[in-house]
Amino acid sequence: MLNGAAGRRFLKRRPASPPPSEPPGGGEALRVVDVTKWYGSVQALDRVSMSVDVGEVVALVGDNGAGKSTLVDVIAGVLAPDSGEFYVRGERVAIRSTDDAALFGIRTVHQEHTLADNLDVVENLFLARELHRGVGPLRRLHFASMQQRTWAALSELGISTISDIRAPVEKMSGGQRQTVTVARATLQNYPIVVLDEPTAGLGVAEVQRVLQLILRLRAQGTAIVIVSQNIEEIFEVADRIVVLHLGKVGAVFRRADTTPEAVVGAVMGIA
Amino acid sequence: MSEPVSPAAHPLDEIPPRDHARPTDRLVSFAKRWLSAALSQGTAMPAIASLVIIAVFFQSQSQYFLSPGNLSNLAVQATLVAIIALGEIFVLLLGDIDLSLGSMAGASAALLGVMITNGHMPWLLAIFIMLAFGALLGSFQGWWIAWLGIPAFVVTLAGNMGFLGLQLYILGPNGTLGIFDPNIAALSGTELPVSVGWILAAIVGVAVVASTLVRYARGGVAVRSLSRPVVVGVLIVVAVAVFNASRGVPTPFLILIALLVVAWWVTMNTSPGRHLFAVGGNAEAARRAGVQVKRIRMAAFAVSGTLGAAGGLIAASYNGSAGTLTGGGTLLLEAIGAAVIGGTSLFGGRGSVWAALVGALIMSGVENGLDLMNSDQPVKYMVQGVIVLLAVSLDTILRRRQSRGRQLGAAIA
Repeated sequence: MLNGAAGRRFLKRRPASPPPSEPPGGGEALRVVDVTKWYGSVQALDRVSMSVDVGEVVALVGDNGAGKSTLVDVIAGVLAPDSGEFYVRGERVAIRSTDDAALFGIRTVHQEHTLADNLDVVENLFLARELHRGVGPLRRLHFASMQQRTWAALSELGISTISDIRAPVEKMSGGQRQTVTVARATLQNYPIVVLDEPTAGLGVAEVQRVLQLILRLRAQGTAIVIVSQNIEEIFEVADRIVVLHLGKVGAVFRRADTTPEAVVGAVMGIA
Repeated sequence: MSEPVSPAAHPLDEIPPRDHARPTDRLVSFAKRWLSAALSQGTAMPAIASLVIIAVFFQSQSQYFLSPGNLSNLAVQATLVAIIALGEIFVLLLGDIDLSLGSMAGASAALLGVMITNGHMPWLLAIFIMLAFGALLGSFQGWWIAWLGIPAFVVTLAGNMGFLGLQLYILGPNGTLGIFDPNIAALSGTELPVSVGWILAAIVGVAVVASTLVRYARGGVAVRSLSRPVVVGVLIVVAVAVFNASRGVPTPFLILIALLVVAWWVTMNTSPGRHLFAVGGNAEAARRAGVQVKRIRMAAFAVSGTLGAAGGLIAASYNGSAGTLTGGGTLLLEAIGAAVIGGTSLFGGRGSVWAALVGALIMSGVENGLDLMNSDQPVKYMVQGVIVLLAVSLDTILRRRQSRGRQLGAAIA
């Protein structure tokens, strides 16, 4: 089993620090097995197991309180589960912190607590994953290249309304902030991307951009878990649909073999 | 895909062409954007305005106030407060506070006295041990705050009392230790020769201009930032001219500037430095993004402790002794006031290391000016209190207006 420190060593042998995406069509990227999480006397997750393959989009759906965000937080290393096992590319790992998750190639875009208002777009996008230049005591942030990649990421998401990427994000509208949050997922070619409600608060055109982005990441071989309340959206991008109901996996569908009605039924617990 | 956005182009570099834009319109629009950018960045505007008011007022009361001799004195007086304020800023940026820096300075000065006077230790080694002592005590407090989650207010309040006890214990029954080492005395009591001051100013000025030009050529800096090196260059020349008209650039002030430049570089250009701002802005978001919040917090208290000890060094050097009153009195509160007047938010995430300099100049400027007017201590305290209140209120009001503007803008968008 790889824990954080071992993972660090494991990744050091690789050329680039964020591991490159593997080519599409290559096996399982992430599997969680029997994850259980209690909040006091409330069981948020009850032996939840799920997996996502390389180049696959798995949608996580469920009613409010079904445990979607808890599962996302556990995968992201934000919450410690009471029990459960994690496998990244078939190898058992321990995700004890957000840093561990990043080292194993998992990038999570949360729904809440995503941006530091006082920092600008560039700094928020690269927070804790900054690009540097120079060595030793003169090792410093490489603003020019971070800026360049920020423009690239934003233009892919079709953001023409953000004019100053060096201005604090607190001045931005909800949609702009959400887009900045989603753009984080695209920056450093993480092989596993988890998106918690990436389209919440976005306009129609912006939603389409995000869905296109998800499909492009998928084509690159990224394994994607997306949490969404919007069944239509899910049917546009997901390959598989995992329904959580009251903290348990209620059903798993292949998109090709199911209908929105069946998924809604499972969400409500009547199927 | 949308229209390609050129990565190098910064919105402020190119004002979008308009049909009938007159040069004055462009200038006004540029000025507005510059102002809004300046206001958003933890502004120093109220502080600089206060400095100007203080200068004009006290000069009208005493012709001696703006004389080179008095300004040099003022710079030396401000140094101690500014160094402590700089330490304070590192933790204020996180949204924490360090109430222990006064007795931190006192305890480390006492330690220095024992090492130099009783132990006859080499002065550089003694200074190193003293700073390490401050770093250690600061880390100790940081550990309680970061890992156990005890509020900084409580931990450092306890630290303040504990370190005062430590200070008295180290000093022993005599109460005061004379420090007669000439090297340590030189830290606060000497000036650079006039020619050296000018050479230094020239070197720094050229370095500032050159580094800005290099960054501009690489496309990493916007036009609006080009005004900054000009302002900095003018300030350096004026400051050196004033000091040289008196006795030369004071060594303690030079030490302060060096500390500020290093602190500025670290807070603006390194990951840990930017993480201070991130944690102060939204600690949970920073943690989720992968910032090592606990380590950053502990490091910040280590830095503030070290700078507290550095303040103790300057105080001991200035007084030629370490006593029970070293680091006591209103020093800590003046330092916190200076940091806040300079534009550092008590709620974290906003501010700049330069607030230490500007704020300390205001606090010491008022004290110095009132001294020249032969005012009594009670009056000095009351005036300082009013100034802190006014400066912080102005800052808060400006910010509130600005955030109201933002909400309106977001609603329209």
